[in-house]
Amino acid sequence: MTKKRMHDINDNFDINLSEISKVEGAASLEIKVRDKKIEDLKFYISEWKRFYTQAIQGKPFIAVPQLVARICGTCSNAHLLCSIKAIENALNITPSNQTMLLRKLLYFGLIIRDHALHLYVFSLPDIYKKNSILDFDENDLVQKQLLDDTFAVKEIGNQLSIIVGGRSVHAPMPTIGGFLKLPKLEDLKNLRPKLIEIRPRILKLIEIFSQSADTLTVKAPISFNGLYSEDFSFLNGIMKSTDGKVALGNELSKYIEAVLIPYSHARGFKLNGNLIMVGALARLNLTKEKLHPKTKIDVSKYLNLFPSKNIYHNNLAQSIEILHVIDLSIDIIDNLTQIIDEKPAKAKPKESTGVGVIEAPRGTLYHKYEIDNAGIIKKAEIIVPTGQNQILMERGIYEQTEKLLFENIDKEKITLEAEKLIRAFDPCMSCASHFLRVKWK
Amino acid sequence: MANKLKIGWFSFTCCEDSTIIFTELLNTHWKNWKNQIEFVHVKVLKKSPEIIPEMDIAFVEGAIAGDRQEQKLKDIRQKAKKLVAIGSCAVVGSPSNQRNFFNRSQLDEIRPILERFKYKEKVLKLSDIVKVDDVVNGCPMNEAVFLQIMDKLLNT
Repeated sequence: MTKKRMHDINDNFDINLSEISKVEGAASLEIKVRDKKIEDLKFYISEWKRFYTQAIQGKPFIAVPQLVARICGTCSNAHLLCSIKAIENALNITPSNQTMLLRKLLYFGLIIRDHALHLYVFSLPDIYKKNSILDFDENDLVQKQLLDDTFAVKEIGNQLSIIVGGRSVHAPMPTIGGFLKLPKLEDLKNLRPKLIEIRPRILKLIEIFSQSADTLTVKAPISFNGLYSEDFSFLNGIMKSTDGKVALGNELSKYIEAVLIPYSHARGFKLNGNLIMVGALARLNLTKEKLHPKTKIDVSKYLNLFPSKNIYHNNLAQSIEILHVIDLSIDIIDNLTQIIDEKPAKAKPKESTGVGVIEAPRGTLYHKYEIDNAGIIKKAEIIVPTGQNQILMERGIYEQTEKLLFENIDKEKITLEAEKLIRAFDPCMSCASHFLRVKWK
Repeated sequence: MANKLKIGWFSFTCCEDSTIIFTELLNTHWKNWKNQIEFVHVKVLKKSPEIIPEMDIAFVEGAIAGDRQEQKLKDIRQKAKKLVAIGSCAVVGSPSNQRNFFNRSQLDEIRPILERFKYKEKVLKLSDIVKVDDVVNGCPMNEAVFLQIMDKLLNT
């Protein structure tokens, strides 16, 4: 039936994307196609390292949280809180109930802002076949409304983090043992109606991503991993995997296996030989029954889609998580009757090792520090979500490209689809590139 | 379109915190800026051309860690009427230049990476390489200073 075609340009081509757009940081993709087969494919993180694990060595523990916040602009408050948690665990400091509630509010502001940046600014233009959210047609009612939603939702997440943390990026107020300056109750109460106001905008966003026809189910076995907690609050829990493995969060570095990727500035990870996926899709796959009750009611028709192995459902899962943290934030604000004037708990140095594990917007984040008697960091290890997803990302692009070549899809469309898939993972290259494996004894 | 201010936003070695602040400033300022500016190369907002375009203003964040980055920065300088260094890494080099201050054992640990991926001997701030017309310091950038610069640009 099929005749061998001669000189078809679609049979032989190279894709070289030196800087993938609408992602955090710098990533590159190279695909070499010969005779309609993938001869070579490399997805790699092309950021230049800043060597944070080495830079932390020799620093007093008190300086570390604000330093490591600078690993990443967009998830800075995730690194900040994870670092604080690691040090508090090392020095046996238990934060007060008020501190934990305020940290949650700070964090939920991050989840709203960060997921909204990804969904509205990076991914929505793909669905509407636009280059940029700023190109949305303001004469089209639907598109104009989505542009308004973009700014309104991001701004509320931003404001929540500013009120609690003093700034939405590298928040200056959270510290080891508490807060350097506490937020005003009145400012939080004033934000409540604005949180209510963005709820319908998020329901619209959830509907859009639920309707997306984009699908990729990777054939290779995947372990979806994340912190599982009763309140789905991102900041605590035990490690769980969809293949049934359970561990304490502080065992993460033993639990997963680092894999060197020679052409990338970052390292990848596997679990029991399986590819790993962390992030919103993994969290929904593991913890959907722990979503806020109001969220569960409003998204019930979409929850049947989880557990899902469709990578593009990471977008849908993120949009559901925005609604969940809005509802959690409203509850916390409603239940706050006063802000007690607490001073941060005192931190006394001692020889110790501490681990902090949280769910960053893009998945499980792990900080481990070894501290000496004088409070100086001797060693540090940091494992970031994008590093854990990197091998699966490359595998996903490979399988998607193979499928599209089989369907005679051209180079331009294959390139576009590869970029869309990379964006669906919401990778953060700023985070992923800055660590070397530390050999613990 | 012809009279719009052509703006580029570029990131080198840093955490891209100022990019985040910039995208958040759009929440409240885009409606005032949209008729006056055109983003000609802003990777966080749109697919941007491989070849650096001519522009009125280049906002550049991050420090320079490799030779390819140095070449790209010189290209940006050539194409931009004005270049503004954004954030601490671009303006003073820190904290992205922390390896410049490593001791011998720290350097020994990172040397294989430096050699394999051809890192520069030292991480440089922008003004070590090109002429910088204006700066917005801070980690992340000071929003008020950035907005003052935008106001000045849009009103001249």
